[in-house]
Amino acid sequence: MQFLRHILASVGRVFASLRMTIGIVLMLLLVGIGTVGPLFVDVSKSDPISVRTNQPPSAQHPLGTDSGGRELVAVMVAGTPQTLRMGVLAGLIGVAVGVTLGLVSGYFGGWPDRVISTVTDVMLTIPPLAILLVIAASVKAVNVEMLAVIIASLSWMYAARVVRAQVLTLREQNYVQMARLSGMSNFNIIFREILPNIVPIAFAALVGAISAAILSGIGIEVLGLGPQDTPTLGMTIYWALLYSAFSRGMWWWWLPPIVILMLLFIALFLISSALDDVANPRLRSSQ
Amino acid sequence: MTWGYVLRRLAMFVVVLWGAVTINFIVPRLAPGDPTAAVLEQLAARGQQSAGAGDIVAAYRARFGLDDPILLQYWRYVSNTFRLDLGTSISYFPQSVSGSILMALPWTIVLLGVATVIAFGVGSLLGALLAWPGSPRAVKALAPLLMVLSAIPYYLLALIVLYLLAIWTGIFPLGGAFSGQAPSFTPAGLLDLADHAFLPALSIVLAGVGFWALGMRGAMIGVLGEDFLTLGEAKGLPPGKVFFGYAMRNALLPQVTSLAIALGTAASGSVLVEVAFNYPGIGYLLYNALRASDYFLVQGIAFFLVLTVAVAVLALDLVYPLLDPRIRRQ
Amino acid sequence: MTAPLLDIRNLSVSYGIGGRRATAVDGLSLTLGAGERLGIVGESGSGKSTLALALLRLHKPPAQIDSGEIILGGTDILKLDKAALRNFRWSEISMIPQGAMNSLNPVVRVESQMADTIHAHRPDFSRRQITARIEQLLERVGLDRTVAKLYPHELSGGMKQRVCIALAIVLEPKLIIADEPTSALDVVVQRVVVETLKDVQTQIGAAMIMIGHDMGLMAQTVDQLAVMYAGRLVDVAPIGDFFRRPLHPYSQLLISSLPSPDETKPLAGIPGMQPSLLELPTGCAFHPRCPLKQPICLDRVPLLLEVEPRRRVACHVVAEASLERQ
Repeated sequence: MQFLRHILASVGRVFASLRMTIGIVLMLLLVGIGTVGPLFVDVSKSDPISVRTNQPPSAQHPLGTDSGGRELVAVMVAGTPQTLRMGVLAGLIGVAVGVTLGLVSGYFGGWPDRVISTVTDVMLTIPPLAILLVIAASVKAVNVEMLAVIIASLSWMYAARVVRAQVLTLREQNYVQMARLSGMSNFNIIFREILPNIVPIAFAALVGAISAAILSGIGIEVLGLGPQDTPTLGMTIYWALLYSAFSRGMWWWWLPPIVILMLLFIALFLISSALDDVANPRLRSSQ
Repeated sequence: MTWGYVLRRLAMFVVVLWGAVTINFIVPRLAPGDPTAAVLEQLAARGQQSAGAGDIVAAYRARFGLDDPILLQYWRYVSNTFRLDLGTSISYFPQSVSGSILMALPWTIVLLGVATVIAFGVGSLLGALLAWPGSPRAVKALAPLLMVLSAIPYYLLALIVLYLLAIWTGIFPLGGAFSGQAPSFTPAGLLDLADHAFLPALSIVLAGVGFWALGMRGAMIGVLGEDFLTLGEAKGLPPGKVFFGYAMRNALLPQVTSLAIALGTAASGSVLVEVAFNYPGIGYLLYNALRASDYFLVQGIAFFLVLTVAVAVLALDLVYPLLDPRIRRQ
Repeated sequence: MTAPLLDIRNLSVSYGIGGRRATAVDGLSLTLGAGERLGIVGESGSGKSTLALALLRLHKPPAQIDSGEIILGGTDILKLDKAALRNFRWSEISMIPQGAMNSLNPVVRVESQMADTIHAHRPDFSRRQITARIEQLLERVGLDRTVAKLYPHELSGGMKQRVCIALAIVLEPKLIIADEPTSALDVVVQRVVVETLKDVQTQIGAAMIMIGHDMGLMAQTVDQLAVMYAGRLVDVAPIGDFFRRPLHPYSQLLISSLPSPDETKPLAGIPGMQPSLLELPTGCAFHPRCPLKQPICLDRVPLLLEVEPRRRVACHVVAEASLERQ
């Protein structure tokens, strides 16, 4: 009973921030497109050559069809969850790697720290697009999972940096010193004393990583290097531009994915900004 | 600024480049079906169609030495890259990769440079004003707009700008950098260049300004609580002096640091903006290279992207001590 | 009798915290004559720093001035408009901030920070005049001329504090407020800084309010001492009288808790803790810790009354006793 009340209190606090509320509502809407959508829409029509091509929106096809014979409502319903999945997967992997590296680097110091920090700084300086290009261009057939892994390899740096900074502070805290003096093994200390305090900041980094991952994913897809067979939002934009949807006035092709993506990024931004405020109360008090 | 500091920054610069080259070397060899070999076959095929190209291909085979031990290949690759010998382009055969890139690079650097400077300058000023208690209400009302802008990726913003200002209303040209066959530098020609560059630049500025503004706002809030600011006010200094000389001047330090970190993302985004506008910079070159599976060109562009950013970061690192006297002694 | 230089009448400053208001300065009234030195002591949270900031109107939201007047040289500071306030600041009243560690702009040289102040108030001064004045001031505080070209991080704590002193007198104000000017310094440096402060203050004939919690320092520096507790003045007396015969029970406890080099006695603190400004006790705020507590102390807030010539005390028991004597 106590536990339940505790959870409800936390949930209440979460929604105390307007930004967080709007962000979460938007996210739920977008996730809903993918989960609830298939109940209303025939997703198989997102495959090529399922319907007549180049049809403007009508009662039968509310978002029209594209040059490949795909029904765009179906594409949106099928594609949105793919993009979300890729982002979440990449974000999770990236943050997992980043947190691990940050923990090792921050807790142990010495040369592991120096090596990891240098690599982190180098990878932060290199524009992600450059590496993604090289990888994506080498690997001919890319699916959503592979794309996620590739992108994750470039999303760990921010989490590593941020976690390392936090661990450095935590390491000097009294309770950690006590644990060390009491002969607790390093592994135990990291897991039981430090890790729980990392969770809030890791979570904030996760939201940021998901956002960055989807951003990179869009960048890759828009250049045509994304999954060729599965519908995704980025690839839809690519196909649209490739077939001159702009000049042919086929706004129903390129506008919906852009709108959905914009909503997605705004939602992620709002959530991440609200989380930042919790981590940094000074920002809050100035409003 | 001590030599130690400069050397450390230069060392980082070299390490970054070396890291990029190594990734460029390793990745294709890890992928199933070595693209390098495939590219060579393509080159050979093309070579048979142009006179004198046979020599290039032969030289290439010798240079790559696919039968040599991997370390030797690696060494050759690294030294070639550092000499900016990045190979021959397939789609622009027989032009070299460096050649193609160097033709497109100025367009990108000017566009990216000018637009980023504007975005950083305007964004920082707006951000500082957002945090400053004495700013007019109208400025503070911009905060939500800036937040939304910062969330939207460069490419999507470019498409929206393209549609609204070029296709729908037809105010600006649809793409390219100039009308006609070649750019001219007469007054009329310069105007034409500006006309074409406006939308891509606008996209980059709009996409970046929100991020810089929010960053500066955070930095300013950090400075607002400091004692020297209180003393500055207590001294009866005019508010402008306190804002610029005491507050912003100190908030710029973390802001410039974040510029160095964010440059990679800004460069990546701007490259995609070029794709949207068919602007003849590296982005456009990239798009065509990918269409034509011109692998060496893609690699070369990736490397140049890293090079450009690394140079900019190095420059910033060397400028930073000029801004923060506390760093100078290190 | 000449009008006092500084006349604070019934000043109240409060903070809003989470919907409630905490009164940091409660109906405070004080006067100070030209050239006089007043010390204000109190524990942290007694409201003394709030008072210091309020005197220059530097307090920031959520702090606000609820009522009162601060009259310096005939002008009510609280009624000045923004432009007049800017002129008034530093030229009539200046401050030496708490902890010079962070009070100097880190990215600007010492001379620039002094020059911009001079220039803001005296735009007629030429560059040469400004430079000359800066050199003069640095010499007065015992610093070498070359300090002008240095950055704050290149100075030691004592040097930074002396730069702040030089800065404070740059326009020869009538009143200097020194807010814990030596708290971050070691004892040896403290002495140098305090002596410097006293010298320059006397030289320019300014009055000084020194805020702190170091009783020993106060004993050596000020003419008059005021004790603050939970936002109110509870004891005001000439310094010698205060130490020889403290009247308010809080003052007595403060003095007896000072370690003495002469007698060996157990260290005595003051039992209990200062109340949170959000939840003040009823009546006299000190009553929970007071050895002389009477029933009336829980009921009514004692007024600051002149129980002896030049001595004001806010305590029912002391007031009662002085009445009986008359």
